[in-house]
Amino acid sequence: MKIEAQDVHVYYGQEHTLKGVSLSVKKNTVTALIGPSGCGKSTFLRCMNRMNDLIDNCKVSGNILIDGVDINSPSVNINELRKAVGMVFQKPNPFPKTIFENVAYGLRVNGVSNKEYINDKVEWSLKQAALWDEVKDKLKKSALALSGGQQQRLCIARALAVEPSILLMDEPASALDPISTSKIEELIYNLKASYTIMIVTHNMQQASRTSDKTAFFYMGELVEYDDTRTLFTNPKKERTQNYITGRFG
Amino acid sequence: MAKKLGKRMRQKQVRKNKWYEYQDKSYKYIALFATSIGVIILGILLYDVVLDGFGRIDLKFFLDSSSRKAKNAGIYAALGGTLWIMLLTTLIAFPIGIGAGIYLEEYNKKGRLSSILEINISNLAGIPSIIYGLLGLEIFSRTLMMGDTALTGALTLALLILPIIIVSTREALKTVPYNLREASFALGASKWQTIWHQILPASLPGIVTGAILAISRAIGETAPLIVIGAATYITSVPTWPNESFTVLPIQIFYWIGKPQHDFQVNAAAAIIVLLGITFLMNGVAVYLRYRWQKKVKW
Repeated sequence: MKIEAQDVHVYYGQEHTLKGVSLSVKKNTVTALIGPSGCGKSTFLRCMNRMNDLIDNCKVSGNILIDGVDINSPSVNINELRKAVGMVFQKPNPFPKTIFENVAYGLRVNGVSNKEYINDKVEWSLKQAALWDEVKDKLKKSALALSGGQQQRLCIARALAVEPSILLMDEPASALDPISTSKIEELIYNLKASYTIMIVTHNMQQASRTSDKTAFFYMGELVEYDDTRTLFTNPKKERTQNYITGRFG
Repeated sequence: MAKKLGKRMRQKQVRKNKWYEYQDKSYKYIALFATSIGVIILGILLYDVVLDGFGRIDLKFFLDSSSRKAKNAGIYAALGGTLWIMLLTTLIAFPIGIGAGIYLEEYNKKGRLSSILEINISNLAGIPSIIYGLLGLEIFSRTLMMGDTALTGALTLALLILPIIIVSTREALKTVPYNLREASFALGASKWQTIWHQILPASLPGIVTGAILAISRAIGETAPLIVIGAATYITSVPTWPNESFTVLPIQIFYWIGKPQHDFQVNAAAAIIVLLGITFLMNGVAVYLRYRWQKKVKW
């Protein structure tokens, strides 16, 4: 198992947002997290690279093992963890720098200074994110001049440059038009060969198109977790059935 | 009956609408008047000062120091002192103020202690400047035995503008979107790397603008420097911060106090120079903000 979450609880101050979630993810698979707003799916995703640590009054309990190592143990360096577990956010958030510098940033902050290596890595990452052909002539231009869909793929390239083994995506296509969305989905499919991907989405079609397994969250609990096909065609819980058929949510 | 009532209601509505329209228009003129008061007063002030003093400004005025004869007196020592004070105050207040702003905004956890700290810093910005002068006199001049030197003056003025720099730094840092921080942390950047590579460059226009405006306030201050004992009659520019000094506002204050008309003219001329420096600095701040705002867009 690549990721094993055991009885994960998250509290924001008094609020109990995640109530004992256990879930295992195999290597090189795509796992979709679905559920209505506020169900805890993004919170769970953010436990994987400890982004919740940034929030002052947030407390996480339970074990999360990545490759068998508890990521919350004191011996784990949080910056190393975040290098190994990349993240793409809902709104494309490129740095106000050049396209090249956006991708190189992760390398630079990790102490890489070899120019040739950085050049190669930037090209490789942009190719991985299927963006190279569109930007290879304007690497020195500002990343903010790119379209929303291109920016999001740039953010994926930026995450890939530091060689993570896991990629977390928090509604990566919700701010994009249908064509850009289909590009991102195609990309997710291709990246599966080298990465373990966890994606939060509000779009049920997207979940069924892109993922191998789907987890349905409701009110901070993991209601059902199964193969995507099974969950969408033959859900075992009534609540899942109601959600995927659009009866609430 | 119903028809009649409807008509009366309509008439009432029409009257009401007219009244709203009138209200709208008159408010616009009241607001315009309120806005122009500041500009008009500044205009009158400038006109008056320029009329009195502009003819007095020549090269000699910049090269002469204090003299008992108005015609031979100039602002050489005062201008040099003001530049010294500007430089020293900048060197002291910028790093401390910006550092404190970064600490409060980025590192400090929200809690009781931090809110006490924050309220106090805001309060400090409102304390009369002469109190800072007394503080400077007691701490720097007497206790630390620096005397009435340029360093004492700069330290005192640095204290005076620290709260302004801290507050404006925090405001500038607040404008940096949270998702930029997230993006940096998610790539394995440390807190300091995130601040240094992302947050500071993005908020620099705001920080620098605030700091320049603070400095331009510092060079116009008179009271605290008089309290610490800055010289009013001095003929040389300090060669080092441990020498006594004077500044333009003190020079102006000194000349204004003289009965002879020619000294009043000198004061008007020195006011023009001081205003010129202040306008120049504000201009630089506005320009920097404009330049950088065009470059960074979210």
